[in-house]
Amino acid sequence: MTTSGTPADAATTSVIRVRDGRFGYGNQTVVSADLEICAGEVVALLGPNGSGKTTLLKGVLGLVDRLGGSVELFGRPIGEFRDRSLIGYVPQRQTAAGPIPVTVQELVRSGRLARTGLLRRRTAIDNATISSAIDAVGLQGKAREPIATLSGGQQRRALVARALAGGAQVLMLDEPLAGVDQENQDALAIALGALVDAGVTIVVVLHELGPLEPLVSRAICLDSGRVLFDGALETAPPTLLHLGHDHDPHGGPAPHRPRSGMKLFP
Amino acid sequence: MSLLAANLLHYGFMRRALLAAVLVGLAAPAVGIFLVQRRLALIGDGLGHIAVTGVALGLVLNRAPVPIALVTAVVGAVAVELIRARGEQSAEIALAILFYGGIGGGVVLVSQAPSGTRSLNQYLFGSISTTTSGDLRTFAILAAIVMVVAVGLGGALFSVSNDDEFARASGLPVMRLNLLLASLSAFTVVVSMRVVGVLLVSALMVVPVAAAQLVARSFRMTFVIGIAIGVTVSLAGVLVSYYADTPSGGTIVLLAIAVFALLLIAKNIGRLLRRA
Repeated sequence: MTTSGTPADAATTSVIRVRDGRFGYGNQTVVSADLEICAGEVVALLGPNGSGKTTLLKGVLGLVDRLGGSVELFGRPIGEFRDRSLIGYVPQRQTAAGPIPVTVQELVRSGRLARTGLLRRRTAIDNATISSAIDAVGLQGKAREPIATLSGGQQRRALVARALAGGAQVLMLDEPLAGVDQENQDALAIALGALVDAGVTIVVVLHELGPLEPLVSRAICLDSGRVLFDGALETAPPTLLHLGHDHDPHGGPAPHRPRSGMKLFP
Repeated sequence: MSLLAANLLHYGFMRRALLAAVLVGLAAPAVGIFLVQRRLALIGDGLGHIAVTGVALGLVLNRAPVPIALVTAVVGAVAVELIRARGEQSAEIALAILFYGGIGGGVVLVSQAPSGTRSLNQYLFGSISTTTSGDLRTFAILAAIVMVVAVGLGGALFSVSNDDEFARASGLPVMRLNLLLASLSAFTVVVSMRVVGVLLVSALMVVPVAAAQLVARSFRMTFVIGIAIGVTVSLAGVLVSYYADTPSGGTIVLLAIAVFALLLIAKNIGRLLRRA
């Protein structure tokens, strides 16, 4: 049984397989999909608001009701899949702060529970992984700062670090760029780029590709709860890629920059 | 002053009241911090309402109300959590019915009790003269369980309280942890029964934590400072209650609010000074 996605078998290991999956709430199906994602891929789930991309992401994670079909994670049916630390989830949050002050380190540490379980005490290895997750998103020096004192974009990166702290091999991000300024979008893109280089599989729900475009190898375009396109980003019909931003909601500079102009890996 | 303290401790009821104050001062903020982070700060209040029925049942049956209230509060807490977990639109109304049913049932029941409503008052709002040694044993066991779990499983309770969706994605047993937290809240309501009172315990779960978060920079620091404030105001409240002849529960809560107000003022003055 293959349960790990080391770089050697990266090309062939199926990390996510959805067969005739139908996901939603109660008895209402929001999205149907049939797809397989292999280790090392960088997959963007694209589509307009209400297209079902977030529900699909949550469906794969078992966070919404599965109304039909099957989900396999690392080759195991989701009900039998125990090694949750292999998958890091980055929910869409406007803020990572709650009523009580929480430091970056405390937040990221909570992501390590997927690996340590409820009772085991943290070892030096656990602490080192937590530190390197914070470093990986460029928040070193902020570890002891309360989350609420960070900018929205930095908070989003802290959520990515939390997802990495368990030692995730697959990162599932929900709209990580929404409401984040350009500088932090670029910082996030650099962090994710380094993870891709390290062999991490990425599934990311996006409204628009933005600075993540050079990283994305595959696009899955959804509309009205159905997959309209699934294939290499270069072959995706431009109309589908542009579904998300017929208007620029922030009124800022054009989100698309020439791909040749991006220097993510100097 | 030490002579005064020695005199006080001479009285068995004061020794028991002070010990009970320490126990509730420890347990209430230790549970409350997770409830506040879950944005369920008022759930303790609801559990207190439910516990009223348990207390009344004990008074009617002329048995020790503490164990009966414990059972009622735990059953109530589990029911609250199960109703919440269904997450339906009607959940909030279902909770309201449960809470007001608890207090309504309690008041009606107690009117049939031999001791009447006078003794109910002590359980609702606290009284320093009522703690028995049997109560104290129960409180000590419950408070010890609360503290051991709140510290030992603190990381998991934090994760669930902070972001339950992420916790579920991490594979944590979210429902079981929520039921555990609900049970700890019920235990705390019971520990509060003598010196704070079941209708005021929620304040001791929330206010010391609210005060602590004004000055703390981390969750852990909020936990420690919140407990320190909880123990301090509980002890001070029992002493003030003795000398001023005021009900202990209300006195403790007012002291906690005073600490909150002072820290809020101090924080704002500090901010102004830094800006100047």
